[in-house]
Amino acid sequence: MAVRVDVRTSASLLGTVLQALAVPLAALVGVAALYGDSLLPFVVPTLLSLAVGTGLQRFERSAPGPREAFLLVALAWLAVALVGTVPFVLTGAGVFASPVNALFESMSGITTTGATVITDFGLHSRSILLWRSVLQWLGGLGILVLAVGLLSELSVSGAQLMETETQTQDVTKLAPKIAETARLLGGIYTGLTGLMVVVLLVLAFGGLAPALSLYDAVAHALTAVSTAGFSPEAASIGAFSPAVQWATIPFMFVGATNFVLLYYLLQGDPSRLRASEEFRFYLAIVLGATALVAISLFVNDRFGTVETTLRHALFQVVSIVTTTGYATVDFDLWSPLSRHVLFVGMFVGGMAGSTTCSIKTVRWLVVLKAFRRDLFTAIHPEAIRPVRLTGSPVEESTIRDIYTYTLVSVVIFSLLTVFIVVDTTWSAVALSEFEAMGAAASTFLNIGPAFGFAGPYGSYAGFPVATKLVMTVLMWIGRIEIVPVLVLFTRAFWRS
Amino acid sequence: MRVIIVGAGQVGSSIAESLDDDHEVVVIDTDDSRVESLTYSLDVLAIEGDGTSLATLREADVGAADLFIASTDDDETNIVTCATAKTASDAFTIARVRSTNYLQTWEESGGAFGVDFMVSTNLLAAETITRIIGLPAAQNVDVFAEGSVLLAEFCIPTNSPIAGQTVAEADDQFNELTVAAVLHEDGLIVPDGETKLATGDEIVVIGSAESTRAFAADLATDRDENRDVVIIGGSEIAVQTAELLEDRGLQPRLIENDPDRARELAERLPQTTVMSSDATDREFLTREHVGDADVAIAALGSDEKNLLASLLADRVGVDRTIAVVESGEYTDLFEAVGVDAAINPRDATAEEIIRFTLDGRMENVAIIDHDRAEVLEIQIDDDSALAGRPITDATDDLPARVTIGAITRDGEFITPRGDTVVEVGDHVVVFVETEAVDAVASRL
Repeated sequence: MAVRVDVRTSASLLGTVLQALAVPLAALVGVAALYGDSLLPFVVPTLLSLAVGTGLQRFERSAPGPREAFLLVALAWLAVALVGTVPFVLTGAGVFASPVNALFESMSGITTTGATVITDFGLHSRSILLWRSVLQWLGGLGILVLAVGLLSELSVSGAQLMETETQTQDVTKLAPKIAETARLLGGIYTGLTGLMVVVLLVLAFGGLAPALSLYDAVAHALTAVSTAGFSPEAASIGAFSPAVQWATIPFMFVGATNFVLLYYLLQGDPSRLRASEEFRFYLAIVLGATALVAISLFVNDRFGTVETTLRHALFQVVSIVTTTGYATVDFDLWSPLSRHVLFVGMFVGGMAGSTTCSIKTVRWLVVLKAFRRDLFTAIHPEAIRPVRLTGSPVEESTIRDIYTYTLVSVVIFSLLTVFIVVDTTWSAVALSEFEAMGAAASTFLNIGPAFGFAGPYGSYAGFPVATKLVMTVLMWIGRIEIVPVLVLFTRAFWRS
Repeated sequence: MRVIIVGAGQVGSSIAESLDDDHEVVVIDTDDSRVESLTYSLDVLAIEGDGTSLATLREADVGAADLFIASTDDDETNIVTCATAKTASDAFTIARVRSTNYLQTWEESGGAFGVDFMVSTNLLAAETITRIIGLPAAQNVDVFAEGSVLLAEFCIPTNSPIAGQTVAEADDQFNELTVAAVLHEDGLIVPDGETKLATGDEIVVIGSAESTRAFAADLATDRDENRDVVIIGGSEIAVQTAELLEDRGLQPRLIENDPDRARELAERLPQTTVMSSDATDREFLTREHVGDADVAIAALGSDEKNLLASLLADRVGVDRTIAVVESGEYTDLFEAVGVDAAINPRDATAEEIIRFTLDGRMENVAIIDHDRAEVLEIQIDDDSALAGRPITDATDDLPARVTIGAITRDGEFITPRGDTVVEVGDHVVVFVETEAVDAVASRL
């Protein structure tokens, strides 16, 4: 039986992506030199990605179709995660003595999950901690969106690749050329990251952020707009002043806002953002969850002042809903109401077309509207009532896809929970059901911190090896929205 | 005036028919049998040929034409025909279209495609229907003076307070309202004050918008404001009616049998509940409480279906039924068997187009009862027989009986009574019998 997928094309395109990966790795060689860290952990992967990339690129390449795009998307994320593992393995410091931990950390980085296995931040060099942030920045907007924008070789097939990477929506072309669209999106992304560095430095110079250095500003800017969540500090953003905490909130929020709408906003047209039902829904969820958490914190009198309560409530809610995963306090110590609001918030995610992960607000909005429509047609069976999103009708096939996606996500989450519970029990690791659910949701939906020992100030290092490997695979599957990976395991994909 | 009409379908022929007495009319059509039948039935020059070809237009002497009407069934043909005519003539071009896209483009660009006036048959019919819905009991409604004057046709129901009254008594009861004509079985009467109104008479009234509404409400004591509207059928007229009703804040229901078409309509009409069902399925009509509706509009593909649908709607309890009738001769028949108002989309189109054959001071025209009478809106100048005189004196001088239905002066409504003095610059709405139109219009 002939294989119907042009593997060589996907491999060749993957080669191009890996070659490009050598650039940030090489930059980290410089950073390592600057801080007097060992250069080897970055020199090796730089050469490795160049060599493998160049090797793969020699394969004959034709225009990729949908199958080649699926294969490339799945492989690109996996390959970058594997190359990203090399620096952690080579340092071998602390938890990274175990290659499984190194792979977990790298996958958690590139998929912008932000779940860490690090237990003692003091054991790791500045360059390694920055590498975690760089990985997250590369994964934030989507590897291929960045690649299409930067690499002219990919521009012709760019629309196919970008669409495969982002399952939520059709690619909205902002410019006639897809590479130009990718560049505009990448430009907004880079611009927001740069802006955050500047804002943090201004706060530092103004004396409002005493603990913050240039290094901290860059490391956090790279992981905030990408809604990723790694921090070189054990206490995450909690290590910095309230001003830094407040300043971080809008960048996480904007990172999880549709970049196409941001583009029009920057063009001086706020009407699209204001009209977007998804944006209003996203905003309402963030504000509603914040109100619940703030009330719960008030009632329990956890923080003295109104400002502190509101800051911590809003920060944790935005961090979780946008799938960033920063923390300013150990929310694992909060009341059951607050913790469960955050847990439910994990499933929401930000808007489609942003750097966010999880199920995304657009899917929930369509599910809610479609269900309300179904209630109406239960009474009026002949009525034909299209589900509308910001006025435009949503195709029935799209609604079906969204129902399926949401259901499959919840099923995978449940199975992962069961696996974690069983595996931790066998390995005699103490973990409550809620903590298992939290860890399952937080990894599969790419958020980061969970509850219990995997809480915001904790570490995933304590999970058994099998659980960490399964979580690694599910972070990969979850980040590229399930389909590109699972489709590879179907017969139809490989045959005519 | 020399008029060229391209496309001798129903609209084209009916325009030709109403113009052939007073104007030189040339009709162009690709179908030789139509051309032949027109040659014998009307006093027009009929040419067989393609209106988009310059050669054909030259044969029709397009250079000498004053008015050029493209009214084939195809939008693109009509637009191209007008553009072609513009290359060889200065005639005023009119294109009939169905698509509202072209109409929008034309309106926004202030005259694209070489078309001087674009008229959408479906939109005009939809506007007529919504006007009738807005006026309880009315069978037909037209607007004058930018909407401040309404012309309405009613049938006087039994037990109506005005049945048995004289026209003078009715006029006195309703300020700002004039009974312009009474249509008996034996013909049309331009009434004087002593004319008696009887049950079953059809009357034409002209008045201010508020007063006409009050009159309609009084006439139809049992009818509430029409809020709950059911549209049967998914034709373009149906869609555009639904759109106009949505604009007014109503949430109509629309029944379309074909599921794909129903889906398409549901996407176009966010405020309308579209249902995919056979509108003659009684079980469905009962289950969906269609009988509770204030108005049902039948706008299906054929006259027969529209008749059946509106009678069925009437039977299940809908207060008022309106049907679209494509064949002009059936309108009376429909109204005779119980359809409250029958709308011929071509009437409105013909009215709209005929406006352009009127001379400069005339601004609007409505055709009453199959062209037995016309209602004209005229701006009064110094030469007018009405200028500066009380109405009773002036109308005595005119060659035929006319009714002055309404006067607007600087946008203000003035009720015309016998002693009212018409001033230069006033807009008057005048009811005239068709045979006297030309004679009267030249004196006004």
